[in-house]
Amino acid sequence: MAELEMIPIYIMGKRYIVPNTLTIMGALEYAGYKLIRGVGCRAAFCGACSTVYRLEGDPKLYIGLACGTLVQPGMYLTQIPFYPAERAQYRLHELEPTFATLVRLYPQVLKCLGCGTCTKSCPQDLKVKDYMAAAMRGDIARVADLSFDCIMCGMCVSRCPAEEAQPNIAILCRRLYGKYLAPRAQHLAQRVAEIEAGRYDEELAKIKATPEAELRHMYNTRDIEPE
Amino acid sequence: MKLEGYTPSMRESIERVVASRPARLHVDYPMLSPAEKQEILRKFHPDYIPEGMRELRVGPNKGGRTPNELADLLEGHSRLSSVELDLEKIDLDTDVLIIGGGGAGSAAALLAREYGAKVLIVTKLRHGDANTMMAQGGIQAADKENDSPVQHYLDVIGGGHFTNDPDLVEALVRDAPEVILWLESLGCMFDKHPDGTLVTIHGGGTSRKRMHSARDYSGAEIMRTLRDEVRSYPEDITVIEFAPAIELLMDDKGQVAGAVLLNLETEEHYVVRAKQTIIATGGSGRLHYMGYACTNHYGATGDGLVMAYRVGARLAFIDTMQYHPTGAAFPEQIIGLLVTEKVRGLGAQVLNVHGEQFVFPRETRDVESSAIIREVKERGNGVKTPSGFEGVWLDSPMIDILHGPGTVEKELPAMVRQFRRFGVDIVRDPILVYPTLHYQNGGIAIRPDCTTDIPGLLVAGEASGGVHGRNRLMGNSLLDVCVFGRRAGRTAGQRFREVQLGKLTLAHVEAWERELAQAGIETEVQSPLLLPDYTRHGR
Repeated sequence: MAELEMIPIYIMGKRYIVPNTLTIMGALEYAGYKLIRGVGCRAAFCGACSTVYRLEGDPKLYIGLACGTLVQPGMYLTQIPFYPAERAQYRLHELEPTFATLVRLYPQVLKCLGCGTCTKSCPQDLKVKDYMAAAMRGDIARVADLSFDCIMCGMCVSRCPAEEAQPNIAILCRRLYGKYLAPRAQHLAQRVAEIEAGRYDEELAKIKATPEAELRHMYNTRDIEPE
Repeated sequence: MKLEGYTPSMRESIERVVASRPARLHVDYPMLSPAEKQEILRKFHPDYIPEGMRELRVGPNKGGRTPNELADLLEGHSRLSSVELDLEKIDLDTDVLIIGGGGAGSAAALLAREYGAKVLIVTKLRHGDANTMMAQGGIQAADKENDSPVQHYLDVIGGGHFTNDPDLVEALVRDAPEVILWLESLGCMFDKHPDGTLVTIHGGGTSRKRMHSARDYSGAEIMRTLRDEVRSYPEDITVIEFAPAIELLMDDKGQVAGAVLLNLETEEHYVVRAKQTIIATGGSGRLHYMGYACTNHYGATGDGLVMAYRVGARLAFIDTMQYHPTGAAFPEQIIGLLVTEKVRGLGAQVLNVHGEQFVFPRETRDVESSAIIREVKERGNGVKTPSGFEGVWLDSPMIDILHGPGTVEKELPAMVRQFRRFGVDIVRDPILVYPTLHYQNGGIAIRPDCTTDIPGLLVAGEASGGVHGRNRLMGNSLLDVCVFGRRAGRTAGQRFREVQLGKLTLAHVEAWERELAQAGIETEVQSPLLLPDYTRHGR
């Protein structure tokens, strides 16, 4: 493993010297920022800590999560804790899972240029352009699948020349898919009906009243479904 | 810094893991006997370290054993001690106030709305910034032919060492299938077979395969779905972000009647009046009990416990925390982050530095963690990392061998991505793990309808105590937040119309300060904590 070194970074243009073993988030805190914005789960699930950065001598803009990206020498960085993406108003149970629904709620879907800037900006490495193409075809299942790992950080929105709201289009598609298009779990509905009909009432009352010693025996000798 | 992955000495140990793999592929280490489990817990579980806890000196749990870090906050001063507030000036008036915008709070809001309530959710960070978002493995429910709520009950109460509140366990297992059905109707994309049958696997301590998942973004899928549903009803549900509650309000009839909020950005206070108040503030992993790293989100500082304690609510099982067996132990940037139990659910075994098994891979979490701590601390069979941390191997490459190539990528995308960001390929190489602080087993004592001993105050989710007893099973916390979030919302929705509020008061805070003084407690701590301080100058 590389040696610990102290390196310069630039937080919104201001220079700080930090250990090279830290994540961007760790470096911000090391520098003295007590974070309120731009921090959430600290484990790459919540999309709160998107960071735009550039490296000295390199004109390219990079995007990463502050909690999941190591600092590098000469990193110029700024956090984008919030991005004002449009969210359409709808009630899922009133919708139909169709292309017409997508276009009605998000007319700009049709304006996607297919430039792929969104894919390049995704800190989750999702194929955002591909799911937007699927949305333009009305392939809701495909959008749902390709966008599933989206953490809704909004960085694709920030870079999109067509002003799309990709994460919001994606969650609409996932919910339409989950509610209307995915096959229903028949055994689940059946079990709920059984519970409502009182099928387990007696057994539950009985096990609740079972003395601890007997309960322990039942637990320790219960059969375990094989792998 | 260049990411180089495992060091040469770690690689030597990995070679032993690879060498032992064919012989153990289908042979798990045997489960411990009940007596062995008790002994290993007593000797190695962090809950049993005497110096880690002390007795509370004030309040409803006076004399009760409590982790030091939490006790300091419970015995702290109000953040309003030196603030002048005009309680006649109501900033926000609502039927139901929900403190916390995670899974439980969001579920509660939806149900309270169904019953006709106007709801206000206040949350410290953003709506959805919560441990719910981070839960990876899944959610339990007994909905298969060979399973039943009774079987689920037995697993839960045995996993909790027979200490759980039976009425709460019954509520949990009885509502479980309905919760999955509800989530399915809201568009949650659970993993399914082509015919619609839900994919279910084992978790630690389950006797049936009843853990449902959504890849390894199970909690995120539930959280973002609930959040999107909440956002569909802006006329009934208002969400205020970056505005934690810092003290509950009461009225002159002894009911909880709202809360005082702090706008974290402007530092203004807001007075909220509410007919029903639901605490859904989650856990307290960011207090880093026993010095452990944690899996929790940044805001998990036990605020709800502190506020509820000051109005006289009793805490239950607060002397027991859950240490998840498999926190990341390498690389150092992600020490303590969760490596989902689903990895073991899919068949990965736990191995020492010599590539040998030393524990059944799916013991309950407390037992599994204790066995790992023993293997490293007592037997000296841990794998050392360059930063001086030690761990054991979780043999993730077994999964593709057992279930076919591509399974790890398909079932564990978040884990693959998390480690790849730091130069480790978990498809090819095992993961170095060590127990990490994960969950607050106890909390504010509740009844099955989420009410407490204090009128007007309800609690749901990780902030509550009793359902899991002294140890929670995996997949039961996503279930808990949905079951009891819904129950809290329903209760509040059924009750708010009958509530007649009196005059708002903070007399309980004054009484609390007197109690501290009488007990001779001298402290500079102000609580709730709100956020941990990780700045270099603050540490």
